[in-house]
Amino acid sequence: MAATAQTALQVRELAEDRYKYGFVTDIESERAPKGLSEDIVRFISAKKEEPQWLLEWRLKAFRHWLTMPEPQWSSVRFPALDYQDAYYYSAPKAKGDGPKSLDEIDPELLKTYEKLGIPIREQEALAGIAVDAVFDSVSVATTFKAKLHEVGVIFCPISEAVRNHPALVQKYLGSVVPYADNKHATLNSAVFTDGSFVYVPPGVRCPMELSTYFRINAENTGQFERTLIIADKGSYVSYLEGCTAPKRDVNQLHAAVVELVALDDAEIKYSTVQNWYPGDAEGRGGIYNFVTKRGACRGVNSKISWTQVETGSAITWKYPSCILQGDNSVGEFYSIAITNNHQQADTGTKMIHIGRNTRSRIISKGISAGHGMQTYRGLVRVTAKAEGARNHTQCDSLLIGSKCAAHTVPYIESKNPKAILEHEATTSKISEDQLFYLRQRGISVENAVALVVNGFCREVLQQLPMEFAVEAQKLVAISLEGSVG
Amino acid sequence: MARQAISADQLLQGFDAGKGALPGRGLPWLANLRAQGRERFRTLGLPTAKLEAWRYTRLRPFEDTQFRPATEADGRINVDVIPALLKGAAARIVFINGLYRQELSNVAGLPAGVSIEPLAKALAAGSGWIADHLGRVAGETPQAFFALNTALMDSGVVVKIARGTSLDLPIEIVHVSGLTDRPIMYSPRNLILVEEGASATVLVHHVGLGAGAYFVNGATEVDVRDGGSLRHYTVEAESIDAINLATAHVRVGRDAHYEAFGLAVGGRLSRSEVSIRLAAPGASCKLNGAYLMRGAEHCDNTTVIEHLAPHTSSREVFKGVLDDESRAVFQGRIVVHKGAQKSDGHQLSKALLLSAGAEIDQKPELEIYTDDVKCSHGAAAGQLDAAQLFYLRSRGIPEALARNLLVQAFLAEAVEEVSDIGVREAMMDKVVHWLPAQCYLQEQWRGR
Repeated sequence: MAATAQTALQVRELAEDRYKYGFVTDIESERAPKGLSEDIVRFISAKKEEPQWLLEWRLKAFRHWLTMPEPQWSSVRFPALDYQDAYYYSAPKAKGDGPKSLDEIDPELLKTYEKLGIPIREQEALAGIAVDAVFDSVSVATTFKAKLHEVGVIFCPISEAVRNHPALVQKYLGSVVPYADNKHATLNSAVFTDGSFVYVPPGVRCPMELSTYFRINAENTGQFERTLIIADKGSYVSYLEGCTAPKRDVNQLHAAVVELVALDDAEIKYSTVQNWYPGDAEGRGGIYNFVTKRGACRGVNSKISWTQVETGSAITWKYPSCILQGDNSVGEFYSIAITNNHQQADTGTKMIHIGRNTRSRIISKGISAGHGMQTYRGLVRVTAKAEGARNHTQCDSLLIGSKCAAHTVPYIESKNPKAILEHEATTSKISEDQLFYLRQRGISVENAVALVVNGFCREVLQQLPMEFAVEAQKLVAISLEGSVG
Repeated sequence: MARQAISADQLLQGFDAGKGALPGRGLPWLANLRAQGRERFRTLGLPTAKLEAWRYTRLRPFEDTQFRPATEADGRINVDVIPALLKGAAARIVFINGLYRQELSNVAGLPAGVSIEPLAKALAAGSGWIADHLGRVAGETPQAFFALNTALMDSGVVVKIARGTSLDLPIEIVHVSGLTDRPIMYSPRNLILVEEGASATVLVHHVGLGAGAYFVNGATEVDVRDGGSLRHYTVEAESIDAINLATAHVRVGRDAHYEAFGLAVGGRLSRSEVSIRLAAPGASCKLNGAYLMRGAEHCDNTTVIEHLAPHTSSREVFKGVLDDESRAVFQGRIVVHKGAQKSDGHQLSKALLLSAGAEIDQKPELEIYTDDVKCSHGAAAGQLDAAQLFYLRSRGIPEALARNLLVQAFLAEAVEEVSDIGVREAMMDKVVHWLPAQCYLQEQWRGR
């Protein structure tokens, strides 16, 4: 009896310790009143000192949002959201006019990011990655601005871009994800607070990886960031996104929108490691991650590549998509999604082939353990004009434990005889032979599972930039701890 | 003229007058069942694109055509040659516009333990087992047209293969439709019961005469008991303006096997919705099909295979060829329920698009609630392989013939799954005759 109790205790500790980003930073923050109304939308807009057109756009979105029903088609289940019981704006209390340089940033904040493994200061010298860190609703620091400025790359918080580059923002904001797109994206359009803005001018290869770290800190806040990346003709940019949040018993909403625009010959590589707090072993708390991500390959020979590692969040609802408008454009989607305990994920992609000779590739690896519920939902559509379009889709699911579930729901639509579409999917349990082999060589069950799962995910992990790949591999292992045996 | 969507009530209207003429009147349980079906159909209404199962198929043909119930006179029309598919059949049952034609059928000489009767006759004779099975195999389903069939069933057969009986030759059921003054509608309902350890083969052949519109709303219930085995084949060769909606529910018992193959070669709208429940350990099924569409034809195969018990297995292969402006839909779902450990399910759907106006929409789905399973699906769409075409042409085979050969080879992967040799050959013949006229050259070339 004692031994069983001890094991139970160990497992519980494991489950709770696992999320090492679960701390709360004690920082004075300034919040908008609780609730959601036109006044709040106006408040946010005023706080950000936004031009009239943006306020009107927000209000248009808000009014439309009120008329939209909650989406019911996905397989995720959760109690109805109370939109009035949350703060829509929370900012670390500003000293004066906001930070001019890193020295002015609240040291508590910097410490937070160091704990998260994003030493904003050191990064500058060592890693050579430009970071834009978003804390709750505002962007607190962007590093490497000067160096990027030299080559003409604009990388700044979107609120700053609204002030400094209004023409660019006005031209592209909402051009990929319109304000009336879906319930969550429309909410974002109305109340988005911050996020990153990137513009890469023609012919420029961005000299470093750009990175954003999102963190939800305050209780009862939602994070509604909006990211807009524009790669002008012949340019290239690689963008990394990481997310964490403190442990809380209540569910927090994260409804972000990411828009990518690639013009002629441009390429955007967007990588995400999403590690929002997934809730505890009983499924209490955790982030509702309802994100709309979409890229438009507007120009010929353009390319957009999505890579995502989804290990966190109580619920993930996310379909990074590519609209392949330009001839010869390429869309890619590489995904690993892990659901453990009571996590739910409904994720996948949409590849819309419009231009001629457009190509897309989808590789999705889903791992479901515990009571995890996972769905791959994807659409490949070839329109009548997309001559020579090519798609290959592979989605594999791995099941660990008899209480989890995995679904595969692909939609494959072709209106062009010269298009070639292939879809393959498998679902199986983790191989007992492989586990036995590893165990036989003295590797513990946990490590053996991690090894097998990492092998299963390899094709996707390879797509990540090096620093992220290492982190992602560890995450994969951590996420599955306690799921076997 | 503006098109107007018709309502469920409108579709029922014409039938209220002739309600008394439906078979089985005077049977309280049947009257009850019909009333339930009717109520259900009215509640559900006609399916719209909002229903996931009808996402890709519209009921446009209903908007411009008024159907009236088939009458006895429609069934009495003269048909010179019965378009039977099989040379050797154990029995043949012929319906014309829904009416059973005894003089054209042949059910003599069936071994003991095999009973085949038209639904109307079986109900009149009061075969008790029908009440226990009709509507029970399917249970409550959210399928509007199945409910409509339950309300209006006026044709079809009931087949019972008694325990341990094995029937080697196929039973052929022929439904001839068409040649009526106005568009008609009828609702064949089939019930097939294969008892413990019994086995049989049933071929259902729908064929249209002339070019007029008609609507066949069929429903089939199949119960394969423990250790039983049923081979269930269908051929749909409807007229160019015809609508054929078929809904089937199949239950497969312990160590029982169900094999199905459906070939669709025509019809303005043909939809086959098959649900198979592998209900006990060791149950297995093969659900295969092929479709060949041209003109503005629309074909829809929507299937659900449910693994409800451990050690169940399923195989599914669908292949289609689409020419002109035709459109096809394949929605296949495999569900492995909790506790159905060691289940094994494989599914493949492939379509060949021969023309720029054709469209294929595929949705292969896996829904898995347990871990010890092996499930996979594959789907592909494309055109004829240029390299293969070139190879054949370089061997002196004319292009038209080479194309036919490749199409035939493409379909063979599915047709070859038909385990009854006679039926398989009949199916392949149907395929060959669908191909453009040059195929006859090919027969010469093959030395046939």
